[in-house]
Amino acid sequence: MDIGQVFTLTITQAFGVTALIYLFAAIGLNIQFGYTGLLNFGQVAFVAAGAYAVGVIVLTFDLSLWLSIVVALITSTLLALLLGIPTLRLRADYLAIVTIAASELLRLLVRSIAFKDVFGGAQGLNGKLGQEFHDLNPLPVDFTLPLLSWSRQDLWVVIVGWCLALLFTLFVWGLVRSPWGRVVKGIREDEDAVVSLGKNVFVYKLQALIIGGGIAAFGGILWAVAKQSVQPDTFQPDFTFFVFTILLLGGAARVFGPIVGTVIFWFLLAGFGEVLSSLINNGYIAFLTPTDVGSIRFMLMGLGLMLLMIFRPQGIFGDRRELALDAR
Amino acid sequence: MPANTENTTKMAPGRAAAVEALRDVARVPGSPKPDPILVADQVSRQFGGLKAVDVTHVEIQRGAITALIGPNGAGKTTLFNLLTGFDNPDTGEWTFNKTPVAGKAPYRLARMGMVRTFQLTKALSRMTVMDNMLLGASGQSGERVFKALLPFTWKAQERANTERAMELLGRFNLDAKIDDFAGSLSGGQRKLLEMARALMVGPEIVMLDEPMAGVNPALTQSLLGHIKNIREEGTTVLFVEHDMDMVHDISDWVIVMAQGQIIAEGPPDAVMKDPQVIEAYLGSRHGSALTADGASLTADSQGGTT
Repeated sequence: MDIGQVFTLTITQAFGVTALIYLFAAIGLNIQFGYTGLLNFGQVAFVAAGAYAVGVIVLTFDLSLWLSIVVALITSTLLALLLGIPTLRLRADYLAIVTIAASELLRLLVRSIAFKDVFGGAQGLNGKLGQEFHDLNPLPVDFTLPLLSWSRQDLWVVIVGWCLALLFTLFVWGLVRSPWGRVVKGIREDEDAVVSLGKNVFVYKLQALIIGGGIAAFGGILWAVAKQSVQPDTFQPDFTFFVFTILLLGGAARVFGPIVGTVIFWFLLAGFGEVLSSLINNGYIAFLTPTDVGSIRFMLMGLGLMLLMIFRPQGIFGDRRELALDAR
Repeated sequence: MPANTENTTKMAPGRAAAVEALRDVARVPGSPKPDPILVADQVSRQFGGLKAVDVTHVEIQRGAITALIGPNGAGKTTLFNLLTGFDNPDTGEWTFNKTPVAGKAPYRLARMGMVRTFQLTKALSRMTVMDNMLLGASGQSGERVFKALLPFTWKAQERANTERAMELLGRFNLDAKIDDFAGSLSGGQRKLLEMARALMVGPEIVMLDEPMAGVNPALTQSLLGHIKNIREEGTTVLFVEHDMDMVHDISDWVIVMAQGQIIAEGPPDAVMKDPQVIEAYLGSRHGSALTADGASLTADSQGGTT
């Protein structure tokens, strides 16, 4: 087997387009869940809102990509208001139930026959999405990377994506070290105590939901632009659970937690996959076929997560001291 | 009775003023006070078939320490929750500084100057002691999401708040702990922190829900001193308590609740001799394990009459 090639493919995925999509969702979830303590189990809905805003505006209505980004942010804000206003006054579990239900509802809505003209039904929207973005690609036409296997188009997405991700990370860092961040952390610790100090907790929770949803919507925009396709069944609830996994892996309520979590998650997932495939293809593992790899790598990932929770429950970047306090 | 003959000139000025103001107040439930900060009428709250709170009329004197006592299940904490907006009453109106406040959101009441603490201390565990304090400061521009990213708009205010927090923490002997997580403090220290944090809001009245619960006896005295100081600085104190000795020591006025109703009011000495009060306490506690308070109550009342 070619170890060099396995490594190259793994790195390509760990920092690639798909990883970036999860990274945006994780940065958003970090504000919602990590800092504010909101159990948002429907993060995928915000990603879908971003992706479909691009798909519908660009393909269905044949308008500008830049307009679709504005529409994506408006859509995700409306979604946050719709989910938040009825539930954020109630106990935390209600938001969890409503968000997971809403994310499935949204998926079934966009894949329904009734709205096929707008959302494209089960096939979704496929075509020249994000042409305006790809036209800006400054890389030379015959550009290839020496080691990594990104195409010219993907590399452009990856560069812009990582710049945006760092920008959002900086944004989160600025927010959470401000008095605003102090209030939301207080809400995570004990809502009633923060109310008793004269803060309108409901508004802060809504703000956190909107901001986190907006950042996740960028994941959807990136998805549509990079993959040139928006399909309803890619927005299943398991997306949200992988985002939670990433966040816990990196350490919730850590500014760099989502970045570390995403890279490790995709490095391991891709690594397991590539190593297994290459072992199977070279005849080292006889009782498995290449089609088994997809599910086995998730099993290994789950095992890895269990080990992490046992030996380092606070995540890679977390502070064990804080976790000990939580138990009291 | 020593407390009544005590020369008011020997007392701290805040206490003297409170005793003087309450001297001629009738010792009956719902008696009008000369300068009430909080007036409640017909406040009731029902849980299923149980009427937890049914208060016809009550007034809280400004600048005094008022104790709200009563046996377990008397409705003290429920009344607290209702008055501070954390629970909604079935009926009732009440005014704070003559403004009707029934139905207002709890955070609005806190902003108006009515700040409470909780029976189960709510220290924000995974935040430092200083962050706990700074959270209390009101009117922070950096708490607005759009200004949060522009530190120069709130840095000066933050510095001023930090100074004030340091001063308060110094008074409560927590100044060595500013960078520790609140969750690492002892139970008593958390009570102190919660009290200091409530004062950070700049309240006109602090409502303490069992400030002594779970505090070791050594810290109790210093906690009592802090509560007295709060009054000396002109802040009204209303607190719920079980411990009769403590109530006797620091309160200027005592309101007794039983089965949701106010059954007696008066200065501590008078109230503790009230046969109705003794009956409410002993009657409800006979046969229960909590005889210690009952015993100390009877001892007190005997000591007073002999």
